[in-house]
Amino acid sequence: MNENVLNAEVLPASRTGSWLHYYANPGRFLRLAQPVLPWAAAVSIILTVTGIIWGYAFAPADWEQGNAARIMYVHVPAAWVAMAGYAALAVCSFFSIIWRHPLADLAAEEIGPVGAGFTFVCLVSGALWGKPMWGAYWVWDARLTSVLVLFFLYLGHIALIRAFDNRAHGYRAAAILALVGAVNLPIIVFSVQWWNTLHQGNTISITGSSKIYITMLYPLLIATLGFYLSFITLVTARLCAAIMERKTRALLLAAAERAS
Amino acid sequence: MNLAPFIDGSYAISVVFLVGVFALTYTRYRNAVKRLAAVEKR
Repeated sequence: MNENVLNAEVLPASRTGSWLHYYANPGRFLRLAQPVLPWAAAVSIILTVTGIIWGYAFAPADWEQGNAARIMYVHVPAAWVAMAGYAALAVCSFFSIIWRHPLADLAAEEIGPVGAGFTFVCLVSGALWGKPMWGAYWVWDARLTSVLVLFFLYLGHIALIRAFDNRAHGYRAAAILALVGAVNLPIIVFSVQWWNTLHQGNTISITGSSKIYITMLYPLLIATLGFYLSFITLVTARLCAAIMERKTRALLLAAAERAS
Repeated sequence: MNLAPFIDGSYAISVVFLVGVFALTYTRYRNAVKRLAAVEKR
């Protein structure tokens, strides 16, 4: 009867996050990801090239905006990937803070530059679309400004990881920034509803009916799928490279210690 | 207004970014594989 119920040996082991630890093992991740990478790269390149060429050359011109609407086929996928990338960054940061898993830190580190690149493409293509339609490359509109803030959050995350002598401190600070910055995602999505913006409202809807003609929707969806797969492939390849670089460094250090 | 520079410009920046990031990632990945293989062979 004196058995201590708080004794770890008495309590059944918690299985919370056990599947995550199984697949997030760096060696196991490498073994799973490396064979898939060439196929993922090939499919993402085929889809992206198809979507871009279809949108640039074969999709019909918009009745109102004319050929300027073709910018949509690179601008919209880049914007969606920029936001999804930040959501992935926030999820990795959450796992990093809760489970302190090194693979989550590495994934967040590798997502940052790729996500910032897609956000940059979104901002530049949006500016190039804005000039002929609005008469200005940039306006301090809620949607544009919140996406610019997203770009700065990505840059801040990249910088914060490298801002400490101890990389573990950098990971922790950057993870907190990523989680706090996630509040910007709903602001981006709903900015066109909450404020009177120059930026147009949502055209594509998963729940309701989309306000886009089918001949324009297909190339947009293919380009979007291509951009998403490109993002996943790039981050996975960079993560694999980062794991191998760490393993190489560890082996070299071990060899140097043996030699001294 | 001539729209071509705006359309071509936005496609150019996207293609340059995608080609660049794929090339950089591929180079980094190949180097990481080669370096690890060389160290493991020692």
